Amino acid sequence: MKPAPFTYHSPSSVSEAVQLLTELENARVLAGGQSLVPMLNFRLASPDHLVDLGKIADLRGIREQGDEVVFGAMTRQRDIEFSSLITAKLPLMAEAVLQLGHRQTRNRGTIGGSLCHLDPSAELPTICMAMDAQLEVISPSGSRTIAMAEFAQGMMTTALAETEILTAIRIRPWTGRYGHAFIEFARRHGDFAIASAAILLDVDGNGGITRAVVALGGVGPVPLRVSAAEACLIGAKAGSEAFAAAAAECGKIDALEDPTYPAWYRQHLAKTLSGRALKLAHERAVAQAH
Amino acid sequence: MDTKRIRLTVNGKDYEREVESRVNLVDFIRHDLGLTGSHVGCEHGVCGACTVLVDGISMRGCLMFAAQADGARIETVEGLAVDGKLNTLQESFWDLHGLQCGYCTPGVLMSLTEMLREDLSPSEQKVREVLSGHLCRCTGYQNIVAAALEAAKRLRESGAKA
Ligand code: FES
Ligand code: FES
Repeated sequence: MKPAPFTYHSPSSVSEAVQLLTELENARVLAGGQSLVPMLNFRLASPDHLVDLGKIADLRGIREQGDEVVFGAMTRQRDIEFSSLITAKLPLMAEAVLQLGHRQTRNRGTIGGSLCHLDPSAELPTICMAMDAQLEVISPSGSRTIAMAEFAQGMMTTALAETEILTAIRIRPWTGRYGHAFIEFARRHGDFAIASAAILLDVDGNGGITRAVVALGGVGPVPLRVSAAEACLIGAKAGSEAFAAAAAECGKIDALEDPTYPAWYRQHLAKTLSGRALKLAHERAVAQAH
Repeated sequence: MDTKRIRLTVNGKDYEREVESRVNLVDFIRHDLGLTGSHVGCEHGVCGACTVLVDGISMRGCLMFAAQADGARIETVEGLAVDGKLNTLQESFWDLHGLQCGYCTPGVLMSLTEMLREDLSPSEQKVREVLSGHLCRCTGYQNIVAAALEAAKRLRESGAKA
């Protein structure tokens, strides 16, 4: 037992949870706990109250609603891993989730917890950035929707107010024939990635790129979209020339620097991984078209 | 001190206890219930020594609180042997030298139990993927992989359940 003492709350509804967050001082929301509990054990976090969302059934599950896929914030990463809906509709996420932690942590970790923790190299925030996810949050004063690009404010910092809870994540899958690829680099399988690249590529019958997404995880303080790279792709002919130009843009990002990995190394990875992912996404797009 | 009253089953036996909220599940199992088969290594989710099954699913016993296991069905390494006789998976580990010091073994066995219940014909790749969540400082993993594949084979042949 390592955490500092706290009072444990286990509300059974979202309104009760929001109420608790409003009333209690120094309270933290507990989702799957695969990041927060290590922080408690290290005493990097020592809240006086933990509000566990685990008993709120409404917050769990994946469903299709109109042309969107909607995830309850407490949907476990395992539910994504084993969802045939996700394999069919969001192959980019399906590919990324298998590289997220280990089987034993995916079994408990949640999509909402991952987004709120917002580790710069985490897979699901990177996918949400790539797919322009919309995040539903609720507080005592009502609910609002935040675009992923606005939600991720800075290093492990979200746009959530202290009394707000993330309740759902909405993603509109791409349709038609497109290619996807998620590639990350970690020293050991399941470790935090040093960097990752997520690519979506729509190619028309003549090989022209009509839509492109280039997202990077682990390179900047938050997962980011590389608009300069996307600009190199859209309207260009799919192939090594356009991909090299886009990858070069990824290598120019103002990258994180830490004692283990200098910025130039992350830039190098950004360029290499995005180049590989573009090639793979293109191959898949072509295979789809035949 | 904040405490919670919890009821849960561990290896088929019911327990009811008052537990301090900040006590994690594996410490509760070891200290309060006296089941010291599950081990504690890193206490932050990295090593896998504490892995137990919660409602049939492998989880880190150090990354959840005992209070969160209220109502759950827990399985630990003590639940594997039947009437004091090692089960097929354990026997395969014995025969193929799948352990040395044995520190990592209780967690490894629980993750492999989960895998074998789902899939009796796992590829080596799949076994390694499951084992990636476990650190073993002794074996170099080769014999663990071999023992897992052997257990799958024996279970297929005998028609027994993992
Ligand atoms: S003690 Fe739980 S993962 Fe190491
Ligand atoms: S057998 Fe010693 S750590 Fe695995």
